[in-house]
Amino acid sequence: MQPQSNSTAMQTQQPQNVQNANPRTAPALLPPVDIFEDSGGITLCADLPGVAREDLAIGVDGRNLTIEAPLKLGEANSLTPVYAEVRANHFRRSFELSGDLDTGKIDAGLRDGVLTLRIPKLEQAKPRRIDVRVE
Amino acid sequence: MLFPSMLRTSGDWFADFEQLYDRMDELLGGRSGVSSIRAVGRAGAFPALNVGNSPDAVEIYAFAPGIDPKSIDVSVEKGLLAISGERQAQDGKGASAKSGDERTAYANERFSGRFRRVVALSEDADPGRVEATYRNGVLKIVVPKRESSKPRQIQISSGS
Repeated sequence: MQPQSNSTAMQTQQPQNVQNANPRTAPALLPPVDIFEDSGGITLCADLPGVAREDLAIGVDGRNLTIEAPLKLGEANSLTPVYAEVRANHFRRSFELSGDLDTGKIDAGLRDGVLTLRIPKLEQAKPRRIDVRVE
Repeated sequence: MLFPSMLRTSGDWFADFEQLYDRMDELLGGRSGVSSIRAVGRAGAFPALNVGNSPDAVEIYAFAPGIDPKSIDVSVEKGLLAISGERQAQDGKGASAKSGDERTAYANERFSGRFRRVVALSEDADPGRVEATYRNGVLKIVVPKRESSKPRQIQISSGS
């Protein structure tokens, strides 16, 4: 998946996704994440249930990484809500990336509603081991 | 298309709570647009459930991403539908990280461990024909209603 280099596309999508909803009373869902760092980079896992691969938008704007996706449950249906713990149909979350990370080489995978992002560190930011020569 | 009605519960009761949530989030710095390394606490049980009613069936949506469908157990007993299983903790393995590499966790918000949630089915639900499908991390359970309880149109015959 190629990260989008600009966020204008996402911004223009926004009003349509929050249609007839007051942003205060119907906010976007904030997906829970796990973030791990190792010497090679950062791994980010986010729970995005009900998100299809083609709907997921991952945008990088400078240091900002934004994950945005609509939640879709299936075919439209004559369903009357009885009880709802999930009360928005849109995921959105932004992260500020450190300058050590190579935003041009982000690798993303979505499986069973879990997004896994791998963001490598820039070569110069990776820890290096300097061998001491014995003379 | 999602059923917007299912996700936006009308009525002031919820709106009041949402406002309270928002206010609390503002104070605690939870729902801000940009989060850096700060972990956001997640309240609520796992998996989150939405329940909807159609003329033919009761549909239950369990938001349970990242679980092998085979390890989810759905059972009906005495009018109670139970969803249980386990979600393995993710520790960032499997990525291009080398084994034995030192790993630092900056956020660990995702649920892991065993879970169990129970939904009371209404009287007219037919527990003998429950269907469950897992797609994109959402478990959809359809419990059809008994034929006898479906809404019916009654023909009025003229007396003449």
